[in-house]
Amino acid sequence: MSAYVARRLAQAVVILLGVTLITFLLLFALPADPARMIAGRSATPETVNRIRAELGLDQPLLVQYTRYLGRLARGDLGRSYAQKVEVTALLRSRLGATALLMVGGIFFELLIGLPAGILAALRRGRRLDQSVMLGAFLGVSAPQFVVGLLLLYVLAYKWPLFPLGGYGSLAHLILPAVTLGIAGGGWYARMMRSAMLDVIHQDYVRTARAKGAAERRVVLHHALRNALLPVVSMIGLDVGTFMGGVVVVESVFSWPGVGQLAWQAIQIVDIPVIMGVVVLSALAILTGNLLADLVYPLLDPKIRYT
Amino acid sequence: MAGLLVIALLIAAAAGAPWVAPYDPAEQFFDGLTLEGRPLGPGPRFWLGTDLLGRDLLSRLIYGARVSLLIGVAANGAALAIGTFFGTLAGYFQGWTAMVVMRLTDMMMAFPALILAIALAAILRPSLWIVALVIGMVNWVWIARIVYAQVLTISGREFIEAARALGVPTPRIFWRHLFPHLLPTLLVWGTLGISTTVMFEAALSFLGVGVRPPTPSWGGTINESQSYFLEAPHLVAFPGIAILLTSLAFNLVGDALRDAIDPTLRGRG
Amino acid sequence: MRRTWWILVVVAALLVPFAGPGAGQGRNTMLVTFKDDISTLDPAIGYDWQNWSIIKSIADGLMDYAPATTTLVPHLAESYSVSADGRTYTFKLRRGVRFHNGREVVAADVKYTLERVLNPKTQSPGAGFYTGIRGATAFAEGKAKEVAGIQAADRYTVRITLDKPNAAFLHTMALNFSHVVPKEEVTRLGADFGHKPVGTGAFRVKEWVLGQRLVLERNPNYFLRGRPFLDEIVFQVGVEPNVAFLRLQRGEVDILGDGIPPADFVKVMADSRLSKLVAVGDQLQTGYVTINTQVEPLNDVRVRRALNMAIDKTRIVRIINNRAVPANQILPPLMPGYDKDYKGYPFDREQAKRLLAEAGYPNGFRTTLYANNTDPNPRIAQAIQQDLAAIGVRVELKTLAQSTVIEAGGTKGGAPLLWSGGMAWIADYPDPNNFYWPILSCASLAPGTWNWAWYCNRTVEKLVEEADAMVQPGQAAARAAKFRQIYRLIMEDAPWIPIFNERRYTMHSARLGGVKGIFTDPIHIPVHYDEVRIVGR
Repeated sequence: MSAYVARRLAQAVVILLGVTLITFLLLFALPADPARMIAGRSATPETVNRIRAELGLDQPLLVQYTRYLGRLARGDLGRSYAQKVEVTALLRSRLGATALLMVGGIFFELLIGLPAGILAALRRGRRLDQSVMLGAFLGVSAPQFVVGLLLLYVLAYKWPLFPLGGYGSLAHLILPAVTLGIAGGGWYARMMRSAMLDVIHQDYVRTARAKGAAERRVVLHHALRNALLPVVSMIGLDVGTFMGGVVVVESVFSWPGVGQLAWQAIQIVDIPVIMGVVVLSALAILTGNLLADLVYPLLDPKIRYT
Repeated sequence: MAGLLVIALLIAAAAGAPWVAPYDPAEQFFDGLTLEGRPLGPGPRFWLGTDLLGRDLLSRLIYGARVSLLIGVAANGAALAIGTFFGTLAGYFQGWTAMVVMRLTDMMMAFPALILAIALAAILRPSLWIVALVIGMVNWVWIARIVYAQVLTISGREFIEAARALGVPTPRIFWRHLFPHLLPTLLVWGTLGISTTVMFEAALSFLGVGVRPPTPSWGGTINESQSYFLEAPHLVAFPGIAILLTSLAFNLVGDALRDAIDPTLRGRG
Repeated sequence: MRRTWWILVVVAALLVPFAGPGAGQGRNTMLVTFKDDISTLDPAIGYDWQNWSIIKSIADGLMDYAPATTTLVPHLAESYSVSADGRTYTFKLRRGVRFHNGREVVAADVKYTLERVLNPKTQSPGAGFYTGIRGATAFAEGKAKEVAGIQAADRYTVRITLDKPNAAFLHTMALNFSHVVPKEEVTRLGADFGHKPVGTGAFRVKEWVLGQRLVLERNPNYFLRGRPFLDEIVFQVGVEPNVAFLRLQRGEVDILGDGIPPADFVKVMADSRLSKLVAVGDQLQTGYVTINTQVEPLNDVRVRRALNMAIDKTRIVRIINNRAVPANQILPPLMPGYDKDYKGYPFDREQAKRLLAEAGYPNGFRTTLYANNTDPNPRIAQAIQQDLAAIGVRVELKTLAQSTVIEAGGTKGGAPLLWSGGMAWIADYPDPNNFYWPILSCASLAPGTWNWAWYCNRTVEKLVEEADAMVQPGQAAARAAKFRQIYRLIMEDAPWIPIFNERRYTMHSARLGGVKGIFTDPIHIPVHYDEVRIVGR
């Protein structure tokens, strides 16, 4: 197992290199010039050229990329063009909030999705199953901006149970996490239901049932364990994407996450910040997927990595 | 069969939009806005009301079905097929194949889709095909990972091992033994994916990759009017209902399909 | 039993804050919200509408504007004089003005500040404003150790010599770029100076939590007596305008930094209670479509005039809920040189079609319009598209990110038509030449500038140069008249379609007050922070 992990980590370095290289190339293919964005409307062409030279943007692409890698290796992500602050400081300032929202979001996804999916599977074809299905589709289809603003309007403005957005206590976390949970919960419910249905009809579950074990035990001990496999992959995926930032939810709830930082940086072609967010979210995605892969054998002992 | 009927109606509306739609979807009516510039709610002249430019919402939804069905159903379907292929490949053969495929998915996932979209928009001529391409590239990796995990566990089960030992050809094992077990998962992604894909198209078009204004799409209508939803809820509700109906209809059809393919599930539970 | 215990734990956890105190509203504090992060507060670098006014409260220039007006007044300078040839300005500094670090401001600081702006290492976007100072170019190119035209004659006297007279020079001494900073702090803090700025201003940075809030506190030693009124200003960033609006109604927010959300605008103005909280005024802004004068068939002036006659500006104004007034010329009404008697091109589709036919396009033509993709700009662009279609001009719309649109505009032949809305600019200073040099002049006819019409008229350029030489105070009226003539000539060439002049609508809590017009101060957006005071609970 440890050999497997070591191999995965080595592969991660290669992937990171690939992702940074392609992003770097793409950023320079963009028809947008950061020097012009900094210079604003009244700058003379000479001023723009000087700013470009100072940023090193007049160097050949390869030189710029190797310089970037050199600094990256030392943990230096450069300074934001717009804020003139170290990118590491910008990322650090948003990491806590992002991680918290990730945990909260996944918590509510599971809280909503898993019980709903299990109940729907056990009551397949009945009214409960149908309402869970409709709810799942509603949750997934509803635009997050609308859901978020509606929650704020009702539960924070009209009926002030929660703060009107912001970051500062667990009370602030609940509404944005629930908004994420509503959308993701629909996916988990549907995934869980179909995985359960698949497992329930496996021979060993049938055998367990025939032996007369209480249905609840059957479900918990046998079916659930196997049905959780796709759910674990989904959680791994969610860890990665949520750590990369959830722009809409963050902006509705004034949540200081990575998503808002990335979105603003893309608008003004703040290359060091964009690259920093890409590196961060690549790391998160690799970690999330690795963790999921490591959990599979625990759930299904027949899965073994060589 | 209600599902099939809805799908048929949607396709008919999209194809016959010029004959079905009451107005030109791009026409900004002078009386389509109040004097303060607010959109109109549903009424006798504009059945579903007007949008923020005073255009007939019903006509825009009917025309918008063209873009949204193509993207939601076709592009998402393609992503599903690609993801299933690679996910199965990795999960079934494991070892080296799995390593290459799964690291490829890691990389695709880590890759910033929005920046790719902006770059593509600038380099290529924006079109629906680029949107379909980007959506395909982004969505298949998710499906691949989920399918991979499922195939990993299914291939460990006795019936697959038995089939392998008996020398049954791989495609046959896939269609006879793996696919029926994957079908429910694929159905989830194929139907729920319609909603997310339609909204993703809107985001891409906003960045200039997809359709140009004034071409309507369901996601685009929601996108451009969602901050007005407390003032003009119809602008979000009606396209939202269209998306919901489409994915539900496909879900019903998918369920029927699965029962037909895997008779053991019928009538159970 | 165990369950109740758990519930208690959860409730307690909900009540305990984990990230320090939120911005509370103290008695003499104001809370402003913004959607976007605040970028650098280095006066030499900060150049967006958001940090512009904040920097004005942290640092000061030799000149400034009287609150709520566009009238220049001496500020760090006590007085100034202009030589007869209009080339040499002598500023006498106020004595006893101190930086936030306690040191007194002297003439050498002014010289250091301007040289720092001109130094390419600083990357100042404003360097171009000061290249008219004698020796500035040689300094910027590294050929001279100092700028010969800036002299600290004695401890409190600065003399600045220009290559040629420039009527807007005093305005550039009020621009943030020239706001005086202490050398020792810039050297000490290096690249972090923009994050921990030190100036002479009414406020200084107390706390800056990246991505969350910036807190300014009152400078007790500020040189203007009785200013500022507030003890503290809290800027919260990352706040969606719709949510900020809800919070303002609940009394949690004092000023909507991003303005009233468009979706709520009509409701607010119709509500007698809410509309009382809205200050309405004009701003130095014109929304326009640039017509690329170097691209077929737009290089034909008849075509450009036809386009000018095709747009129904009243309807466009209605689309943005009447938050603007239709424009017929380049300068906004607030700008000296605005021509009240000029009527502009009429909205007349028949005449437009006749002009097109004359130019050889009886059936119109195809072209492309670029626009920013943030609301309401795509809607405005679509309205323009429909209007042009009515005279046979079939327009393809490209609604893209701001940076891409700017790049297209600055590329030769890149954007035939370009809608200027949402490009986040403010007039640099209230002088009519500011609408000429960066965006309509032959001097700015180069790739990468904002002369998106690719317009250059030598006759006009000569007239502007003449007007800029009229520097003596007695010549102001004659200079304004000259600019009226200049902008009429430009409108004959029709490089732009002026669409509207946006009005300012600043929404603030009832507890805020100040002198009349302070909430729509033409220089400060959203408000003049030094002049606001608490008047209610």
